[in-house]
Amino acid sequence: MKHFIQFIKSLFLLELIKGLSVTGRYFFKRKFTLHYPEEHTPLSPRFRGLHALRRYPNGEERCIACKLCEAVCPALAITIESAERDDGTRRTTRYDIDLTKCIFCGYCEESCPVDSIVETHIFEYHGEERGDLYMTKEKLLAVGDKYEAEIAQARAQDARYR
Amino acid sequence: MIEWITSVLSFLPSELVTVITILIKIVVIVLPLMIAVAYLTYAERKIIGAMQVRIGPNRVGFFGFRMFGLGQPIADALKLMLKEIVIPNNASKFLFLLAPLLLIGPALAAWAVIPFDAQLVLADINAGLLYVLAVTSIGVYGVIIAGWSSNSKYALLGAMRSAAQIVSYEIAMGFALVGVLMAAGSLNFGEIVRGQEGYGFASWYMWPLLPLFVVYFISGVAETNRAPFDVAEGESEIVAGFHVEYSGMPFAVFFLAEYANMILISGLASVMFLGGWLSPIAGLAPDSVFEIPLLGLLLGNGIHWFFAKMAVFLFFFLWLRATFPRYRYDQIMRLGWKVFIPITIFWLLVLGIAILAGLPPWFAAT
Repeated sequence: MKHFIQFIKSLFLLELIKGLSVTGRYFFKRKFTLHYPEEHTPLSPRFRGLHALRRYPNGEERCIACKLCEAVCPALAITIESAERDDGTRRTTRYDIDLTKCIFCGYCEESCPVDSIVETHIFEYHGEERGDLYMTKEKLLAVGDKYEAEIAQARAQDARYR
Repeated sequence: MIEWITSVLSFLPSELVTVITILIKIVVIVLPLMIAVAYLTYAERKIIGAMQVRIGPNRVGFFGFRMFGLGQPIADALKLMLKEIVIPNNASKFLFLLAPLLLIGPALAAWAVIPFDAQLVLADINAGLLYVLAVTSIGVYGVIIAGWSSNSKYALLGAMRSAAQIVSYEIAMGFALVGVLMAAGSLNFGEIVRGQEGYGFASWYMWPLLPLFVVYFISGVAETNRAPFDVAEGESEIVAGFHVEYSGMPFAVFFLAEYANMILISGLASVMFLGGWLSPIAGLAPDSVFEIPLLGLLLGNGIHWFFAKMAVFLFFFLWLRATFPRYRYDQIMRLGWKVFIPITIFWLLVLGIAILAGLPPWFAAT
């Protein structure tokens, strides 16, 4: 009897019709596709995108060359060299992040005691030449200067949980 | 139209005029067919996209307007035309380039006998059904030659699978067509359609020949190597089957051939089982309906019904592809030989009895 039912089912393509009805239903469902360049998904304040080096409001750079980020970086993407500045403070002479090595884990940001190195919400960046994705200190500071308002706002939103 | 052309060209020798008019007729059929093929790929991507809750191509348009991505097939065609034609080492060059032509030729040639409308048929020959059967079987040579001449094991494997599949399903398909032949009592497509006149959609051959109709359509899917019978292509197992080594325009021709074959199968199915150009309500609704100015024309018999029926079948092709996973090879063979052929033979017997008994409304003695 079981075999007979199976035979009838396959002969009249019952299972196939069931399958077709599923795809047929989905044909009319609302589509969830995001039209990317025009629409964006909401980003968390914790989003980890392009890196930036921040400054204090008085214009002094935050980084104190403690090299915690360099030590914690699992991809060895960060290279730091430091020297004593004229006023006796320790500052970086070189702060490079190789974005082609970086895995955007956010450990550098977390390890930073002065909130200097941060990851911004910017993910639509590109390089046109070799070396464009090798971020030097100047480039990172420039990013930080340009997006300071957004960076500060994201930190403020997340401050409760840090 | 034809008279006008012959009168314009009357200064030429009459043989030349005949050739020119024939060429014009061919272009009139093939050009829209090619455009239909291009937009069938677009429809495929849109429909399968919708069934997978996606949108599908929506970027390429014309003159800076997106227009739901309607420019996509044109852009694809241009891309394929501009690409390099790579011919593999040690490939049989002549056969390698001949194979795609062998595949698309029959797909286009078969349109010669398909009636678009009561009068609109390129060659109204008596043995139209046989002609279609004969011409479409040539396509398998294209597949085999493509697989063999490209000097690649994947291509050869794909070609062998595909050839075996096409040959097996041709038998089931042939039997289904025998059913149509018995029902209509004619091999001429015009006669076959006229045999389905009477009580609107109730007189279509799809009802008395329902099993044959289903078998025919499924065999058609298998014949065109479409999903779920696409083991010949099988991109997840043997990369792309018989056309792995093809690139650029020859590949595009394979692509065209596949879609042209889909359109052909749909056209044949609508002519043989759904009454071609006949309106589904002709003969059912009172005559006064067909005398309403515009609407009557739309509801009456006409070429638009033929196209609408074809569109339904084409939609089914895409629907099947969006729904079913690929058959295993031995399952394909089992289905073709052990299921379809017995079903068709059995139904031919039933059909013979029905015709002898003069079952109305299809076989009532005239």
